[in-house]
Amino acid sequence: MKFLDEYRDAGMAREYARQIARVTTRPRAIMEVCGGQTHAIVKFGIDALLPQDITLIHGPGCPVCVTPIELIDKAIEIASRPDVIFCSFGDMLRVPGSGADLLSAKAGGGDVRMVYSPLDAVKIAAENPAKEVVFFAVGFETTAPATAMAAHQAAERGIKNFSMLVAHVLVPPAMEALLASPECRVQGFLGAGHVCAVMGCREYEPIAAKYRVPIVVTGFEPLDILQGVLMCVRQLEEGRAEVENQYARVARQDGNEHARELIRRVFQVVPRKWRGIGEIPRSGLGLRSPYEALDAEKRFGLAERNTAESAECLSGLVLQGRIKPAECPAFGRGCTPEHPLGAPMVSSEGACAAYYRYRSREPAQDVQP
Amino acid sequence: MSVSGGETLARTGKVDFGGVLKDVNLAYVPEAKAGDYVIVHVGFALSIVDESEANKVFEYLRQMGELLELKERGP
Repeated sequence: MKFLDEYRDAGMAREYARQIARVTTRPRAIMEVCGGQTHAIVKFGIDALLPQDITLIHGPGCPVCVTPIELIDKAIEIASRPDVIFCSFGDMLRVPGSGADLLSAKAGGGDVRMVYSPLDAVKIAAENPAKEVVFFAVGFETTAPATAMAAHQAAERGIKNFSMLVAHVLVPPAMEALLASPECRVQGFLGAGHVCAVMGCREYEPIAAKYRVPIVVTGFEPLDILQGVLMCVRQLEEGRAEVENQYARVARQDGNEHARELIRRVFQVVPRKWRGIGEIPRSGLGLRSPYEALDAEKRFGLAERNTAESAECLSGLVLQGRIKPAECPAFGRGCTPEHPLGAPMVSSEGACAAYYRYRSREPAQDVQP
Repeated sequence: MSVSGGETLARTGKVDFGGVLKDVNLAYVPEAKAGDYVIVHVGFALSIVDESEANKVFEYLRQMGELLELKERGP
């Protein structure tokens, strides 16, 4: 496919790796922020192609993984009500809450439906006026334009039986939280290209300046990631800490102004708890007036709660890049995609799922010949 | 992709994902026209691929190679 295959060329990938080795003079730790990048790195064996001095640390950019356990429990509670049709992206259905998951709510008689787009949930609401239809709005800035449009359409069309359980999160505050931690080993970032396609690259400039850390907005194909690493290493070697854009074919300096405008109209920035990380100030999106009428937490009057994580699952350390998935004692033993203990083993963007899928049973798939 | 019409906030088009056609909301890319390549996420086109920027990943490598060669040869 155009704009895909050419970015997987094995010869070019090896040449990039050779150039990275030539400019690297000392050990460097670089975090790829987005789970989509993590999957590409593990799938194509990009980490194995890099010189030993370069360590890629997998970041928290998996929205399903960081959705707090309390919100999953609330989702299960709502989904179990007889008057509700509960709509969610497929990834979310098997993520364990404190006890069950959404699939068991479905098995127990709840009407739980998998949707591809938030607009599908609005359509289901319009077709089922006697039911309360709730959409589980999970995602980063990349998904926020779709969620915002669902809220906007439901309000415009006066669809009163539609609401959303909102778990939206923002990338820059999470990067800052990681950098502010005393355990932080990250020296440079590969920024999440599709988040920047929506929000633009500018909001990373204060972070690069404050923490003296290079941030290279990067795409998702093997050559994108390798070029991102090379640009990041060159900054480190030259003592620069700038925001650079490797993914300019998709991510523009100001992002997508139409999408940003609707996000601003529908949402406001709120504090949000991240699973495995804790509460991060100003790191989430919540509905603003008049859209707050669509807030499922208010509509169903759910009580606030605070739930402890299972001690067996080390996904918090994985999400902060402090351990690799295979270093968790439960990895591949008590925890598999069929019987996950934590969300990173379930999601298509989760680091544990990537290692399980591409590393635990078969050698890494090479870049295309 | 091809464009199916509709008002700005409801404009949709058909996008070919390597042979599979899907309806995609084009509200956020009002400038998109038939034949463009778009990035799609949960049913929404978020960005049009800029063809002039698309080759930079190959050019960068070539420039890097030349730059390093110059450095290694020295003055």
